Amino acid sequence: MSPLLRTENLVKRYSGLLATDDVSLSLAHGQIHALIGPNGAGKTTLIKQLAGELRPDSGHVYLGDTEITALPTEDRARMGLARSYQITSIFHGFTVLENVMLAVQAQQGHSFRFWKSVHSDKRLTESAMVAIERVGLAAKAHIVVDAMAHGEHRQIELAMVLAAQPRVLLLDEPMAGMSQAESEAMTTLLGSLKPDYGMLLIEHDMQAVFALADTVSVLVYGKVLMHGTPAQVKNDPAVREAYLGEE
Amino acid sequence: MKKQLIALLALFVALAALPLLAQTFNEPFYITLVGRMVIFAIAVASLNLLIGFGGMVSFGHALFIGLGAYAVGGLSFYDINNGWLQVGLAIALCAVVGLITGAIVLRTTGIAFIMITLAFAQMFYFLMVSLKQFGGDDGLPLSQRSDFGVFTLNTDASIYYAALGLLILVLLATYKLVHSRFGMVLRGAKANPVRMAALGFPVLRYQLAAYVMAAAVCGVSGVLLANLAKFSSPSYLAWSVSGELIVMVVLGGLLWRGSMVAMVASPLIGTLAFLIVEEVLKASTEHWPLILGVLIVMGVLASGFKPNKTEAKAAP
Repeated sequence: MSPLLRTENLVKRYSGLLATDDVSLSLAHGQIHALIGPNGAGKTTLIKQLAGELRPDSGHVYLGDTEITALPTEDRARMGLARSYQITSIFHGFTVLENVMLAVQAQQGHSFRFWKSVHSDKRLTESAMVAIERVGLAAKAHIVVDAMAHGEHRQIELAMVLAAQPRVLLLDEPMAGMSQAESEAMTTLLGSLKPDYGMLLIEHDMQAVFALADTVSVLVYGKVLMHGTPAQVKNDPAVREAYLGEE
Repeated sequence: MKKQLIALLALFVALAALPLLAQTFNEPFYITLVGRMVIFAIAVASLNLLIGFGGMVSFGHALFIGLGAYAVGGLSFYDINNGWLQVGLAIALCAVVGLITGAIVLRTTGIAFIMITLAFAQMFYFLMVSLKQFGGDDGLPLSQRSDFGVFTLNTDASIYYAALGLLILVLLATYKLVHSRFGMVLRGAKANPVRMAALGFPVLRYQLAAYVMAAAVCGVSGVLLANLAKFSSPSYLAWSVSGELIVMVVLGGLLWRGSMVAMVASPLIGTLAFLIVEEVLKASTEHWPLILGVLIVMGVLASGFKPNKTEAKAAP
Protein backbone atom coordinates (compact mmCIF):
# COMPACT_ATOMS: atom_id res chain seq x y z
CA MET A 1 0.00 0.00 0.00
CA SER A 2 1.36 3.41 -0.91
CA PRO A 3 1.85 5.74 2.03
CA LEU A 4 -0.77 8.38 2.84
CA LEU A 5 1.74 11.15 3.36
CA ARG A 6 5.34 11.21 2.25
CA THR A 7 8.16 13.72 2.16
CA GLU A 8 11.26 13.50 -0.01
CA ASN A 9 14.48 15.27 0.91
CA LEU A 10 12.74 18.24 2.51
CA VAL A 11 15.02 21.21 3.22
CA LYS A 12 14.16 24.49 4.94
CA ARG A 13 16.78 27.13 5.64
CA TYR A 14 16.56 30.23 7.83
CA SER A 15 19.48 32.48 6.81
CA GLY A 16 22.10 29.79 7.03
CA LEU A 17 20.45 27.78 9.79
CA LEU A 18 19.16 24.45 8.55
CA ALA A 19 15.79 24.06 10.25
CA THR A 20 14.88 21.04 8.16
CA ASP A 21 17.80 19.07 6.80
CA ASP A 22 17.02 16.53 4.11
CA VAL A 23 14.03 14.94 5.81
CA SER A 24 12.29 11.99 4.19
CA LEU A 25 9.35 10.52 6.07
CA SER A 26 6.37 8.41 5.24
CA LEU A 27 3.10 7.76 7.00
CA ALA A 28 0.63 4.94 6.32
CA HIS A 29 -3.09 4.64 7.00
CA GLY A 30 -3.82 3.22 10.41
CA GLN A 31 -0.41 4.17 11.71
CA ILE A 32 0.98 6.69 14.14
CA HIS A 33 4.35 8.11 13.24
CA ALA A 34 5.86 10.01 16.14
CA LEU A 35 8.34 12.82 15.73
CA ILE A 36 10.49 13.45 18.77
CA GLY A 37 13.48 15.62 19.45
CA PRO A 38 14.72 18.36 21.74
CA ASN A 39 13.27 21.88 21.65
CA GLY A 40 14.42 23.72 18.54
CA ALA A 41 14.98 20.50 16.60
CA GLY A 42 12.62 21.73 13.90
CA LYS A 43 9.57 19.61 14.62
CA THR A 44 7.03 22.39 14.28
CA THR A 45 8.88 23.78 11.25
CA LEU A 46 8.47 20.39 9.62
CA ILE A 47 4.76 20.13 10.44
CA LYS A 48 4.24 23.63 9.04
CA GLN A 49 5.73 22.53 5.74
CA LEU A 50 3.44 19.52 5.69
CA ALA A 51 0.37 21.66 6.48
CA GLY A 52 1.35 24.29 3.90
CA GLU A 53 2.05 27.13 6.31
CA LEU A 54 5.71 27.17 5.23
CA ARG A 55 7.18 26.49 1.81
CA PRO A 56 10.26 24.22 1.80
CA ASP A 57 13.38 25.45 0.00
CA SER A 58 13.70 22.12 -1.73
CA GLY A 59 12.24 18.64 -1.62
CA HIS A 60 8.73 17.31 -2.12
CA VAL A 61 5.60 16.53 -0.14
CA TYR A 62 3.07 13.98 -1.42
CA LEU A 63 -0.42 13.27 -0.17
CA GLY A 64 -1.20 9.82 -1.55
CA ASP A 65 0.16 10.03 -5.10
CA THR A 66 -0.46 13.76 -5.48
CA GLU A 67 2.36 16.21 -5.02
CA ILE A 68 1.20 18.99 -2.69
CA THR A 69 4.51 20.79 -2.11
CA ALA A 70 3.23 24.04 -3.60
CA LEU A 71 -0.41 23.91 -2.52
CA PRO A 72 -1.80 26.39 0.03
CA THR A 73 -3.17 25.26 3.40
CA GLU A 74 -6.85 25.43 2.39
CA ASP A 75 -6.34 23.10 -0.57
CA ARG A 76 -4.46 20.61 1.57
CA ALA A 77 -7.18 20.78 4.20
CA ARG A 78 -9.79 20.07 1.54
CA MET A 79 -7.73 17.07 0.40
CA GLY A 80 -7.89 15.61 3.88
CA LEU A 81 -4.86 16.97 5.69
CA ALA A 82 -5.76 18.39 9.09
CA ARG A 83 -3.57 19.97 11.72
CA SER A 84 -4.02 20.63 15.41
CA TYR A 85 -2.16 23.38 17.20
CA GLN A 86 0.19 23.36 20.15
CA ILE A 87 -1.79 26.13 21.81
CA THR A 88 -5.46 25.49 22.45
CA SER A 89 -7.53 27.78 20.29
CA ILE A 90 -11.25 27.30 20.70
CA PHE A 91 -14.27 29.60 20.80
CA HIS A 92 -15.04 30.85 24.29
CA GLY A 93 -18.63 31.62 25.16
CA PHE A 94 -19.84 28.84 22.87
CA THR A 95 -20.89 25.29 23.71
CA VAL A 96 -18.84 22.26 22.70
CA LEU A 97 -21.37 21.53 19.98
CA GLU A 98 -21.24 25.10 18.63
CA ASN A 99 -17.43 24.98 18.54
CA VAL A 100 -17.41 21.81 16.49
CA MET A 101 -20.34 23.00 14.35
CA LEU A 102 -18.24 25.98 13.31
CA ALA A 103 -15.55 23.59 12.12
CA VAL A 104 -18.17 21.62 10.18
CA GLN A 105 -19.68 24.81 8.78
CA ALA A 106 -16.27 25.84 7.43
CA GLN A 107 -16.35 22.70 5.27
CA GLN A 108 -19.78 23.32 3.77
CA GLY A 109 -19.34 26.25 1.41
CA HIS A 110 -20.31 29.84 2.05
CA SER A 111 -22.13 30.96 5.18
CA PHE A 112 -24.32 33.68 3.70
CA ARG A 113 -27.38 32.02 5.19
CA PHE A 114 -29.20 34.45 7.39
CA TRP A 115 -32.37 32.81 8.61
CA LYS A 116 -32.22 29.13 9.53
CA SER A 117 -30.92 28.44 13.02
CA VAL A 118 -27.75 26.37 13.07
CA HIS A 119 -29.19 24.37 15.95
CA SER A 120 -31.94 22.98 13.74
CA ASP A 121 -29.57 22.44 10.81
CA LYS A 122 -29.03 18.67 10.74
CA ARG A 123 -26.19 18.94 8.25
CA LEU A 124 -24.25 20.78 10.96
CA THR A 125 -25.42 19.14 14.17
CA GLU A 126 -25.16 15.54 13.02
CA SER A 127 -21.63 15.76 11.62
CA ALA A 128 -20.54 17.71 14.69
CA MET A 129 -22.03 15.15 17.06
CA VAL A 130 -20.19 12.33 15.28
CA ALA A 131 -16.88 14.10 15.89
CA ILE A 132 -17.82 14.92 19.48
CA GLU A 133 -18.73 11.30 20.17
CA ARG A 134 -15.41 10.16 18.74
CA VAL A 135 -13.50 12.25 21.28
CA GLY A 136 -15.79 11.13 24.10
CA LEU A 137 -17.51 14.42 24.91
CA ALA A 138 -21.05 13.53 23.84
CA ALA A 139 -22.39 13.95 27.37
CA LYS A 140 -21.00 17.47 27.54
CA ALA A 141 -21.98 18.65 24.08
CA HIS A 142 -24.25 21.41 25.38
CA ILE A 143 -21.90 22.79 28.01
CA VAL A 144 -20.24 26.16 27.42
CA VAL A 145 -16.53 25.50 26.94
CA ASP A 146 -15.41 28.18 29.42
CA ALA A 147 -16.59 25.93 32.25
CA MET A 148 -14.45 22.99 31.16
CA ALA A 149 -10.95 21.77 32.01
CA HIS A 150 -7.86 22.19 29.87
CA GLY A 151 -7.77 18.51 28.95
CA GLU A 152 -11.32 18.72 27.68
CA HIS A 153 -10.40 21.79 25.63
CA ARG A 154 -7.79 19.66 23.91
CA GLN A 155 -10.48 17.07 23.20
CA ILE A 156 -12.69 19.78 21.68
CA GLU A 157 -9.76 20.92 19.60
CA LEU A 158 -9.37 17.36 18.35
CA ALA A 159 -13.09 17.09 17.59
CA MET A 160 -12.79 20.26 15.50
CA VAL A 161 -9.94 18.68 13.57
CA LEU A 162 -11.94 15.48 13.04
CA ALA A 163 -14.96 17.49 11.90
CA ALA A 164 -13.05 18.37 8.75
CA GLN A 165 -13.18 14.64 7.91
CA PRO A 166 -9.47 14.34 7.30
CA ARG A 167 -7.42 11.31 6.30
CA VAL A 168 -4.20 12.54 7.80
CA LEU A 169 -3.86 14.18 11.22
CA LEU A 170 -0.87 16.34 12.04
CA LEU A 171 -0.93 16.58 15.82
CA ASP A 172 1.37 19.16 17.35
CA GLU A 173 1.79 18.29 21.03
CA PRO A 174 -1.78 17.21 21.80
CA MET A 175 -0.78 16.43 25.39
CA ALA A 176 0.83 19.81 26.08
CA GLY A 177 -0.05 21.13 29.52
CA MET A 178 -2.13 18.10 30.45
CA SER A 179 -2.22 16.40 33.81
CA GLN A 180 -1.07 12.80 34.03
CA ALA A 181 -4.66 11.52 34.01
CA GLU A 182 -5.68 13.77 31.10
CA SER A 183 -2.63 12.69 29.17
CA GLU A 184 -3.49 9.03 29.68
CA ALA A 185 -7.06 9.64 28.56
CA MET A 186 -5.81 11.41 25.43
CA THR A 187 -3.45 8.49 24.74
CA THR A 188 -6.38 6.07 24.88
CA LEU A 189 -8.40 8.39 22.66
CA LEU A 190 -5.68 8.69 20.01
CA GLY A 191 -5.25 4.92 20.14
CA SER A 192 -8.95 4.49 19.40
CA LEU A 193 -8.75 6.87 16.42
CA LYS A 194 -5.66 5.21 15.01
CA PRO A 195 -7.33 2.61 12.73
CA ASP A 196 -9.16 5.30 10.74
CA TYR A 197 -6.42 7.84 10.11
CA GLY A 198 -2.76 8.27 9.45
CA MET A 199 -1.27 10.38 12.24
CA LEU A 200 1.91 12.31 12.59
CA LEU A 201 2.43 13.01 16.26
CA ILE A 202 4.78 15.53 17.80
CA GLU A 203 4.92 14.93 21.51
CA HIS A 204 7.20 15.40 24.47
CA ASP A 205 5.32 12.92 26.63
CA MET A 206 7.48 9.85 25.99
CA GLN A 207 5.06 7.51 27.74
CA ALA A 208 2.41 8.50 25.22
CA VAL A 209 4.81 8.28 22.28
CA PHE A 210 6.02 4.83 23.16
CA ALA A 211 2.49 3.60 23.83
CA LEU A 212 1.04 4.91 20.59
CA ALA A 213 3.66 5.06 17.86
CA ASP A 214 4.36 2.42 15.25
CA THR A 215 7.42 4.29 14.08
CA VAL A 216 9.44 7.01 15.70
CA SER A 217 11.72 9.51 14.00
CA VAL A 218 14.20 11.38 16.10
CA LEU A 219 14.91 14.89 14.88
CA VAL A 220 18.02 16.74 16.01
CA TYR A 221 19.09 20.07 14.49
CA GLY A 222 16.60 19.56 11.65
CA LYS A 223 18.08 16.23 10.70
CA VAL A 224 16.59 12.78 11.20
CA LEU A 225 18.95 11.08 13.62
CA MET A 226 17.16 7.75 13.25
CA HIS A 227 13.90 6.01 12.30
CA GLY A 228 12.73 2.95 14.13
CA THR A 229 10.21 1.20 16.30
CA PRO A 230 9.72 2.63 19.78
CA ALA A 231 11.81 -0.18 21.22
CA GLN A 232 14.70 0.46 18.82
CA VAL A 233 14.64 4.17 19.53
CA LYS A 234 14.45 3.71 23.28
CA ASN A 235 17.56 1.54 23.29
CA ASP A 236 19.64 3.47 20.79
CA PRO A 237 22.69 4.95 22.54
CA ALA A 238 22.91 7.96 20.19
CA VAL A 239 19.29 8.86 20.87
CA ARG A 240 19.71 8.46 24.59
CA GLU A 241 22.62 10.83 24.49
CA ALA A 242 20.98 13.39 22.21
CA TYR A 243 17.56 13.48 23.70
CA LEU A 244 16.29 11.02 26.22
CA GLY A 245 19.01 11.83 28.71
CA GLU A 246 21.41 9.32 30.18
CA GLU A 247 20.94 8.44 33.81
CA MET B 1 -34.69 33.18 29.56
CA LYS B 2 -38.45 32.66 29.94
CA LYS B 3 -38.66 35.39 32.59
CA GLN B 4 -36.68 37.72 30.36
CA LEU B 5 -39.00 37.03 27.46
CA ILE B 6 -42.05 37.83 29.62
CA ALA B 7 -40.41 41.02 30.88
CA LEU B 8 -39.67 42.02 27.31
CA LEU B 9 -43.24 41.36 26.17
CA ALA B 10 -44.54 43.40 29.12
CA LEU B 11 -42.25 46.25 28.12
CA PHE B 12 -43.53 46.17 24.56
CA VAL B 13 -47.15 46.17 25.75
CA ALA B 14 -46.36 49.21 27.91
CA LEU B 15 -44.66 50.94 24.97
CA ALA B 16 -47.61 50.17 22.71
CA ALA B 17 -50.06 51.56 25.28
CA LEU B 18 -48.10 54.73 25.92
CA PRO B 19 -49.49 56.96 23.14
CA LEU B 20 -53.07 56.04 24.15
CA LEU B 21 -52.35 56.92 27.76
CA ALA B 22 -50.58 60.13 26.76
CA GLN B 23 -53.60 61.20 24.73
CA THR B 24 -56.04 60.22 27.47
CA PHE B 25 -54.17 62.30 30.02
CA ASN B 26 -53.60 65.04 27.46
CA GLU B 27 -49.81 64.87 27.65
CA PRO B 28 -48.90 64.40 23.95
CA PHE B 29 -45.38 65.52 24.76
CA TYR B 30 -44.63 61.99 25.99
CA ILE B 31 -45.33 60.54 22.53
CA THR B 32 -42.49 62.57 21.01
CA LEU B 33 -40.24 61.96 23.99
CA VAL B 34 -40.58 58.17 24.08
CA GLY B 35 -40.89 58.01 20.29
CA ARG B 36 -37.40 59.47 20.05
CA MET B 37 -36.18 56.78 22.46
CA VAL B 38 -37.74 54.02 20.37
CA ILE B 39 -36.12 55.45 17.24
CA PHE B 40 -32.75 55.56 18.98
CA ALA B 41 -33.29 51.98 20.13
CA ILE B 42 -33.41 50.95 16.45
CA ALA B 43 -30.06 52.64 15.80
CA VAL B 44 -28.60 51.11 18.97
CA ALA B 45 -29.91 47.66 17.99
CA SER B 46 -28.11 47.96 14.66
CA LEU B 47 -24.89 48.98 16.42
CA ASN B 48 -25.35 46.09 18.86
CA LEU B 49 -25.07 43.70 15.92
CA LEU B 50 -21.61 45.13 15.23
CA ILE B 51 -20.36 45.58 18.80
CA GLY B 52 -22.26 42.98 20.79
CA PHE B 53 -22.14 40.16 18.29
CA GLY B 54 -19.36 41.10 15.88
CA GLY B 55 -16.86 42.76 18.22
CA MET B 56 -16.61 45.70 15.81
CA VAL B 57 -16.61 48.83 17.96
CA SER B 58 -17.72 51.50 15.53
CA PHE B 59 -17.33 55.05 16.82
CA GLY B 60 -19.02 56.48 13.76
CA HIS B 61 -22.42 54.86 13.65
CA ALA B 62 -24.28 58.19 13.92
CA LEU B 63 -23.09 58.76 10.35
CA PHE B 64 -25.90 56.49 9.18
CA ILE B 65 -28.55 58.23 11.29
CA GLY B 66 -27.46 61.41 9.54
CA LEU B 67 -27.52 59.88 6.05
CA GLY B 68 -31.03 58.57 6.70
CA ALA B 69 -32.20 61.92 8.00
CA TYR B 70 -30.74 63.80 5.03
CA ALA B 71 -32.24 61.29 2.59
CA VAL B 72 -35.62 62.52 3.88
CA GLY B 73 -34.55 66.15 4.19
CA GLY B 74 -32.85 66.24 0.80
CA LEU B 75 -35.75 64.67 -1.12
CA SER B 76 -38.26 66.77 0.81
CA PHE B 77 -36.23 69.84 -0.17
CA TYR B 78 -36.95 68.94 -3.81
CA ASP B 79 -40.63 68.33 -2.92
CA ILE B 80 -40.37 64.56 -3.09
CA ASN B 81 -42.29 63.35 -0.04
CA ASN B 82 -42.91 59.76 -1.06
CA GLY B 83 -41.83 57.79 2.00
CA TRP B 84 -40.89 54.67 0.05
CA LEU B 85 -38.54 56.69 -2.15
CA GLN B 86 -37.07 58.36 0.94
CA VAL B 87 -36.55 55.07 2.79
CA GLY B 88 -35.20 53.50 -0.40
CA LEU B 89 -32.71 56.32 -0.82
CA ALA B 90 -31.72 56.15 2.85
CA ILE B 91 -31.07 52.41 2.65
CA ALA B 92 -29.22 52.71 -0.66
CA LEU B 93 -27.06 55.60 0.58
CA CYS B 94 -26.22 53.87 3.85
CA ALA B 95 -25.50 50.56 2.12
CA VAL B 96 -23.15 52.16 -0.40
CA VAL B 97 -21.37 54.36 2.16
CA GLY B 98 -21.29 51.39 4.56
CA LEU B 99 -19.82 49.15 1.87
CA ILE B 100 -17.10 51.60 0.88
CA THR B 101 -16.13 52.78 4.36
CA GLY B 102 -16.58 49.26 5.78
CA ALA B 103 -14.21 47.78 3.21
CA ILE B 104 -11.59 50.24 4.48
CA VAL B 105 -12.20 50.26 8.24
CA LEU B 106 -12.50 46.47 8.52
CA ARG B 107 -8.91 46.11 7.40
CA THR B 108 -7.93 47.61 10.72
CA THR B 109 -8.52 46.31 14.23
CA GLY B 110 -8.69 47.60 17.79
CA ILE B 111 -8.08 51.30 18.35
CA ALA B 112 -7.39 51.94 14.66
CA PHE B 113 -10.84 50.59 13.83
CA ILE B 114 -12.45 52.91 16.36
CA MET B 115 -10.54 55.95 15.13
CA ILE B 116 -11.15 55.37 11.41
CA THR B 117 -14.89 54.86 11.89
CA LEU B 118 -14.86 58.15 13.82
CA ALA B 119 -12.89 59.83 11.04
CA PHE B 120 -15.40 58.81 8.37
CA ALA B 121 -18.33 60.03 10.46
CA GLN B 122 -16.57 63.37 11.02
CA MET B 123 -15.92 63.71 7.27
CA PHE B 124 -19.64 63.45 6.57
CA TYR B 125 -20.45 65.73 9.50
CA PHE B 126 -18.34 68.51 8.04
CA LEU B 127 -19.70 67.77 4.57
CA MET B 128 -23.26 68.35 5.81
CA VAL B 129 -22.20 71.47 7.72
CA SER B 130 -20.66 72.88 4.54
CA LEU B 131 -23.62 72.09 2.26
CA LYS B 132 -25.25 75.51 2.38
CA GLN B 133 -28.16 74.54 0.08
CA PHE B 134 -29.22 71.98 2.73
CA GLY B 135 -29.00 74.58 5.48
CA GLY B 136 -25.40 74.02 6.52
CA ASP B 137 -25.03 73.86 10.26
CA ASP B 138 -28.53 75.33 10.73
CA GLY B 139 -29.99 72.10 9.41
CA LEU B 140 -32.85 71.53 7.04
CA PRO B 141 -36.52 71.77 8.08
CA LEU B 142 -38.93 69.31 6.45
CA SER B 143 -41.75 70.96 4.56
CA GLN B 144 -43.85 67.85 5.02
CA ARG B 145 -43.51 64.46 6.67
CA SER B 146 -43.04 61.25 4.66
CA ASP B 147 -46.05 59.95 2.77
CA PHE B 148 -46.18 56.18 2.34
CA GLY B 149 -49.43 56.14 0.36
CA VAL B 150 -51.19 53.52 2.49
CA PHE B 151 -50.24 55.50 5.58
CA THR B 152 -48.60 58.81 6.37
CA LEU B 153 -46.38 59.82 9.23
CA ASN B 154 -48.32 63.02 9.73
CA THR B 155 -48.96 62.52 13.44
CA ASP B 156 -46.45 61.92 16.19
CA ALA B 157 -48.36 58.78 17.17
CA SER B 158 -48.07 57.34 13.65
CA ILE B 159 -44.30 57.84 13.73
CA TYR B 160 -44.23 56.33 17.18
CA TYR B 161 -46.01 53.18 16.05
CA ALA B 162 -43.97 52.92 12.86
CA ALA B 163 -40.81 53.08 14.98
CA LEU B 164 -42.10 50.56 17.51
CA GLY B 165 -43.12 48.15 14.75
CA LEU B 166 -39.76 48.51 13.06
CA LEU B 167 -37.91 48.01 16.33
CA ILE B 168 -39.76 44.74 16.95
CA LEU B 169 -38.95 43.62 13.41
CA VAL B 170 -35.28 44.53 13.81
CA LEU B 171 -34.98 42.67 17.13
CA LEU B 172 -36.72 39.58 15.73
CA ALA B 173 -34.51 39.62 12.63
CA THR B 174 -31.41 40.07 14.79
CA TYR B 175 -32.44 37.11 16.92
CA LYS B 176 -32.80 34.95 13.81
CA LEU B 177 -29.61 36.31 12.29
CA VAL B 178 -27.31 35.63 15.23
CA HIS B 179 -28.45 31.99 15.31
CA SER B 180 -27.93 31.48 11.59
CA ARG B 181 -24.76 30.31 9.87
CA PHE B 182 -23.98 33.91 9.09
CA GLY B 183 -24.43 34.90 12.72
CA MET B 184 -22.21 32.07 13.90
CA VAL B 185 -19.41 33.30 11.65
CA LEU B 186 -19.86 36.83 12.96
CA ARG B 187 -19.82 35.73 16.60
CA GLY B 188 -16.97 33.28 16.00
CA ALA B 189 -14.92 36.10 14.52
CA LYS B 190 -15.50 38.13 17.67
CA ALA B 191 -14.55 35.26 19.97
CA ASN B 192 -11.49 34.04 18.08
CA PRO B 193 -10.67 35.65 14.72
CA VAL B 194 -7.41 33.73 14.33
CA ARG B 195 -9.12 30.38 14.65
CA MET B 196 -11.86 31.44 12.24
CA ALA B 197 -9.24 32.17 9.59
CA ALA B 198 -7.50 28.87 10.34
CA LEU B 199 -10.81 27.06 9.82
CA GLY B 200 -10.91 28.65 6.38
CA PHE B 201 -13.59 31.34 6.85
CA PRO B 202 -12.99 34.50 4.80
CA VAL B 203 -14.07 36.49 7.86
CA LEU B 204 -13.78 39.96 6.33
CA ARG B 205 -16.61 39.57 3.84
CA TYR B 206 -19.01 38.40 6.55
CA GLN B 207 -18.07 41.34 8.75
CA LEU B 208 -18.51 43.67 5.81
CA ALA B 209 -21.98 42.26 5.11
CA ALA B 210 -22.92 42.82 8.76
CA TYR B 211 -21.53 46.34 8.60
CA VAL B 212 -23.66 47.14 5.56
CA MET B 213 -26.79 45.66 7.18
CA ALA B 214 -26.24 47.64 10.37
CA ALA B 215 -25.72 50.80 8.31
CA ALA B 216 -28.95 50.30 6.36
CA VAL B 217 -31.05 49.64 9.48
CA CYS B 218 -29.52 52.65 11.20
CA GLY B 219 -30.37 54.73 8.12
CA VAL B 220 -34.05 53.92 8.53
CA SER B 221 -33.90 55.13 12.14
CA GLY B 222 -32.55 58.40 10.71
CA VAL B 223 -35.57 58.61 8.40
CA LEU B 224 -37.87 58.30 11.39
CA LEU B 225 -35.88 60.76 13.47
CA ALA B 226 -36.06 63.41 10.74
CA ASN B 227 -39.81 62.84 10.49
CA LEU B 228 -40.33 63.11 14.23
CA ALA B 229 -38.37 66.35 14.49
CA LYS B 230 -39.53 67.59 11.05
CA PHE B 231 -35.89 68.51 10.72
CA SER B 232 -32.57 67.15 9.47
CA SER B 233 -29.55 68.44 11.29
CA PRO B 234 -25.80 67.85 11.05
CA SER B 235 -25.90 67.39 14.82
CA TYR B 236 -27.47 63.95 14.21
CA LEU B 237 -24.11 62.76 12.96
CA ALA B 238 -21.94 64.51 15.52
CA TRP B 239 -19.27 62.35 17.14
CA SER B 240 -21.01 62.76 20.50
CA VAL B 241 -24.06 60.94 19.12
CA SER B 242 -21.83 58.06 17.97
CA GLY B 243 -20.38 57.97 21.46
CA GLU B 244 -23.81 57.93 23.08
CA LEU B 245 -24.84 55.05 20.82
CA ILE B 246 -21.86 53.04 22.10
CA VAL B 247 -22.73 53.92 25.70
CA MET B 248 -26.30 52.74 25.13
CA VAL B 249 -25.10 49.43 23.64
CA VAL B 250 -22.70 48.84 26.52
CA LEU B 251 -25.19 49.96 29.16
CA GLY B 252 -27.82 47.63 27.71
CA GLY B 253 -25.35 44.77 27.70
CA LEU B 254 -24.52 45.40 31.35
CA LEU B 255 -28.11 45.81 32.48
CA TRP B 256 -29.54 42.89 30.60
CA ARG B 257 -27.61 39.73 29.87
CA GLY B 258 -27.58 36.04 30.54
CA SER B 259 -29.45 34.78 27.49
CA MET B 260 -29.62 35.35 23.77
CA VAL B 261 -33.01 37.05 24.20
CA ALA B 262 -31.42 39.51 26.63
CA MET B 263 -28.40 40.08 24.39
CA VAL B 264 -30.58 40.80 21.38
CA ALA B 265 -33.06 43.04 23.22
CA SER B 266 -30.54 44.78 25.49
CA PRO B 267 -30.25 47.81 23.14
CA LEU B 268 -33.82 48.78 24.02
CA ILE B 269 -33.04 48.59 27.74
CA GLY B 270 -29.78 50.51 27.34
CA THR B 271 -31.43 53.20 25.24
CA LEU B 272 -34.37 53.69 27.61
CA ALA B 273 -32.11 53.75 30.66
CA PHE B 274 -29.71 56.26 29.14
CA LEU B 275 -32.27 58.61 27.62
CA ILE B 276 -34.67 58.56 30.58
CA VAL B 277 -31.86 59.41 33.00
CA GLU B 278 -30.71 62.11 30.60
CA GLU B 279 -34.21 63.63 30.45
CA VAL B 280 -34.64 63.56 34.22
CA LEU B 281 -31.27 65.22 34.77
CA LYS B 282 -31.89 67.80 32.04
CA ALA B 283 -35.09 68.84 33.79
CA SER B 284 -33.36 69.37 37.10
CA THR B 285 -29.98 70.95 36.36
CA GLU B 286 -28.06 72.52 33.52
CA HIS B 287 -24.96 70.64 34.64
CA TRP B 288 -26.62 67.37 33.69
CA PRO B 289 -23.79 65.97 31.52
CA LEU B 290 -21.50 66.00 34.55
CA ILE B 291 -23.93 64.02 36.68
CA LEU B 292 -24.76 61.68 33.79
CA GLY B 293 -21.07 60.91 33.35
CA VAL B 294 -20.63 60.10 37.02
CA LEU B 295 -23.77 57.93 36.96
CA ILE B 296 -22.51 55.95 33.96
CA VAL B 297 -19.15 55.29 35.59
CA MET B 298 -20.85 54.24 38.83
CA GLY B 299 -23.30 52.06 36.95
CA VAL B 300 -20.53 50.29 35.06
CA LEU B 301 -18.55 49.70 38.25
CA ALA B 302 -21.61 48.52 40.17
CA SER B 303 -22.52 46.01 37.48
CA GLY B 304 -19.24 44.18 38.13
CA PHE B 305 -17.96 44.88 34.65
CA LYS B 306 -14.83 42.97 33.81
CA PRO B 307 -12.92 44.02 30.73
CA ASN B 308 -13.30 41.21 28.24
CA LYS B 309 -10.29 40.51 26.10
CA THR B 310 -12.52 39.74 23.14
CA GLU B 311 -14.59 42.90 23.56
CA ALA B 312 -12.75 44.93 20.96
CA LYS B 313 -12.19 43.54 17.51
CA ALA B 314 -9.08 41.62 18.53
CA ALA B 315 -5.93 41.80 16.47
CA PRO B 316 -5.28 38.72 14.34
